[in-house]
Parts: sequence; structure tokens; C-alpha cells
Amino acid sequence: MKPHQIEALEISLLLEAIYQRYGYDFRNYAAASIQRRITRFLLSSDRPSISALIPEVIHDPSFFQQLLLGLSITVTEMFRDPLMFKSLRETVLPFLNSFPSFKIWHAGCATGQEAYSLSILLEEEGLNHRATIYATDFNDEALDVARKGIYEKEHIQQYSENYVLSGGKRSFADYYHEKYDAVIMRKSLKERIIFANHNLATDSVFSEIHLIFCRNVLIYFDRELQKKVLNLFWDCLPYNGFLCLGTRESLAFSGLEDKFMPVDKKYKIFQKKEIQ
Amino acid sequence: MTRRFKALVIGGSYGLLTALLKLLGSLPEGFQLPVIIVSHIHSSDCGELADFFNERISIPVKEAKDKEPIQSNTVYLAPSNYHLLIEPDGTFSLNMDEKVSYSRPSIDVLFQSAGFAFGDRLIAVLMTGSNHDGVNGVLSVKKYGGLTIAQDPDSAECPVMPRAAIDAGYVDQVLTIDQLIGFLTTKVNT
Ligand SMILES: C[S@@+](CC[C@H](N)C(=O)[O-])C[C@H]1O[C@@H](n2cnc3c(N)ncnc32)[C@H](O)[C@@H]1O
Repeated sequence: MKPHQIEALEISLLLEAIYQRYGYDFRNYAAASIQRRITRFLLSSDRPSISALIPEVIHDPSFFQQLLLGLSITVTEMFRDPLMFKSLRETVLPFLNSFPSFKIWHAGCATGQEAYSLSILLEEEGLNHRATIYATDFNDEALDVARKGIYEKEHIQQYSENYVLSGGKRSFADYYHEKYDAVIMRKSLKERIIFANHNLATDSVFSEIHLIFCRNVLIYFDRELQKKVLNLFWDCLPYNGFLCLGTRESLAFSGLEDKFMPVDKKYKIFQKKEIQ
Repeated sequence: MTRRFKALVIGGSYGLLTALLKLLGSLPEGFQLPVIIVSHIHSSDCGELADFFNERISIPVKEAKDKEPIQSNTVYLAPSNYHLLIEPDGTFSLNMDEKVSYSRPSIDVLFQSAGFAFGDRLIAVLMTGSNHDGVNGVLSVKKYGGLTIAQDPDSAECPVMPRAAIDAGYVDQVLTIDQLIGFLTTKVNT
């Protein structure tokens, strides 16, 4: 075996140990990303090899928790890809307007910015009282931040610029108040968001959802897991329900391309097709 | 003597566009080895950069897509604002991980994943550029047995990047663009 093949073996044994011991299933994550995260964790943990992590992962749950955090990337923004939000405002929300009540799901919400962005959008379009927003992630630390809705002030400039580009109707400053070097999102924005732990690789789905966001999460999965998760989404969307992916994600290699109709090709908004 | 490879990865920043036009423009139309490129300055947004190259060189140029299988006789460009990685099964993946050396896409990330995916069947070339992204990537490629090449700093528009890799001691060959063209067309098999 060559060095890279030995390393691949070590990773596969580690992921198997994690799955059997704790139920977290990383076995169908994109191998390159996982390898990168594990290598970085290894460097910071001062162990000689990836396989040397296995005994400690098995016997020391707190060590595993550290590794788990190292495996999850929670990079996010308010109104990331502002023009996607603009497109939502113009094409998707008018459609939701025809429902007396509707449900939205942010799958892989990280620290919550995407869900708050949507809450703002719904308020501006007068739809907030009819919406329930589920925002889920498998990273409990990220969910804690999301629930608090407290963010560092240094990001606000960029969030405000994004908000303006997305077609925001007021001033972004209307939606938070400042405290020391942080901003706290307004309480009313939180009221319709339910933050919860949910693992896309292993958990099933709770109800019918009209609009699903799963942005920049599927890129971390291999094709098989992408397909499984997209099928899960398909199952909980009603016909004509909407799915929004990240701008560099697609259905192209998932085999589900024919089951959705593109609504916005550039910003990856899809609609579930009626069965012919 | 020729050696067999699965891919050629290239990284650079300042001056890279000119260097690439010369390099890719001189490779034969049927050049089989897939070429995968991270450029800091010219990251590709909606295919404009690919169009730019397609008008000027004969090997087909595309923007790499998540989970797309890597094909021979093709040049791939990293899209903007995501890291581009190579999977051991010969497909691409993208990710949103933190910037590396202030860069996303990062050369380190591409090179490191390519080394892990292809081991000794990889060529990594660090070309003209103005920072140190790529140096750790070259180290990884070498660790996995790949072939590492730096553009001759004296011939590079900006010598900082190739110089840093050479000084770190991770580089197998130092070549001018003309020498690199000669090497790729005579010493490389797929
Ligand atoms: C890069 S962030 C994307 C955040 C946000 N959707 C955006 O686009 O800005 C990816 C998120 O997916 C979450 N994630 C990864 N695997 C997951 C899984 N199996 N189940 C639920 N969430 C997952 C990570 O914890 C992380 O918060």
C-alpha cells in the first residue's frame, strides 16, 4: 500500500469507530473534505497518526466532542448570495402567499444567519404570521449561537451590504440592537424560528415543508449521501414545493434532476414537479 | 523514460493568466492529462474565464463542478469563493471551509487533496505568484510521492510563490515555461 492508501484506510477505520460508538455517520461524507478536517484536528491534537486517535475517540467522549466540532464547518452569513434572496422575494414568496400557513426548513443552518435573513424577508413581505421556520443542524454549539442570535459587530457591515443588495426595504439596523462589540437580533425575528438538532445523514423528517433551504451542506457529502438527502427532501415537499441549494450545488450528479424543475437556474431554486 | 500520471494541478496568482496562456496554448490539442487550476486573482464566476481560454487555446476548458468526474483532455478552473478539492474516486468536490492564506479557493487545499487522491500519480506545479499559499500544498504532494515542480523564479512575473516552495526544499524540478512544455509533452503518460 502507498502512503495515501494507508491514510485512507486509517480514516475509514476512524469513521467506522465513530459511527459504531456514537451513531454519527460520516462514512458517506466527501472523502477529501473529511481528510482535510481530520488532518487539521490531528495537527492540533499532537497525536502521531490518524489511527492513533481511535482508542481515545472510543474511550473518551469529551475527546470525541472536540473532534466532532472539528468536523463541522459553520461558515455562514446573513443574506449570503443576496440575489438569491431577491429571487425568493420576487418568485417564491408570492407563491407562498396563497397558503393560509406554511412551513420552511433550513437544513444545516449553522449559526442561524440564514434563518434570521428569511425571517426578515417574511416580515417585510407581510408573511411572518403565517410561517413556521425550522432551523436545524447537527452541531449543538452552532445551534446555541443561533438560538441566542448574537453576532460579532465586525460582520455587520457586510451583512448590511448583502441586505441592501437582496432588495431590503428598510435599514438593516432596524433588526438588531448593539451591545458592547456584539449585535443582538430583534426578538420578534426569533419568535417564528424553531432551532433543533437534526442530522441529515441519520434522522428522518417530521412534517410537510413548503420551502427547504439546504445550502452549502450537500457539497460536504458524497454522491450517495447527496442522493439520499435529496430524496428525503423530495418526500417532505408537496408538489410545487421549493428547494434552494447553494450557488455551486446542483442536482446534476444526483439522479434526481428530472424530479425537480428549475425556477432560478443561477441561484439554484427548484420546484418539485407534479408526477406526469 | 516517461512516467504515468492521473492529473496535473497548477497554482499561482499574480501573472498567472499570461503564464497559462503560454503554457496551455503550447500543449497539443490532444493532451490527455487533466489539468486543474487554482488562480487567486482570476477565479471563475459564470464561466467567463473558461470562455476567455476557450477562445485562445485548443484543449477544452471548463469550470469544475461539485461531484463532476474528472475527464482527460480537459482543463478545469476553480470557481470563485469555494475551495476546490479532488476526491480519491476521481471526482471534484467543493467546500466552504475557512480561507487559507487569505484565499478561497486555496492552492494548498487543492494540492493537498490531489496528493491524497492520486499519490505518486500527480504532478503539482507552482507558478508565478505573490504570496505563500501553495507551499504547504507542495509539501503534501511530495509527502504522498507526487512530482513537484516550481516555475523558475527568475522567469516568473512574480517570483515570491515559486521561490518560497524552492526555499522550503519541497521542489523536485525548477523549470521555465518552455522547459515545462517540453517536459509535459515528452516525459508524461496517462
Ligand atoms: C457551510 S455551513 C452552511 C450554512 C448555511 N446553510 C449557509 O449556506 O450559509 C454547513 C453546515 O452544515 C452542517 N452539517 C454538516 N453535516 C450535517 C448533517 N449530517 N446534518 C445536519 N447538518 C449538517 C454543519 O454543521 C454546518 O453548520
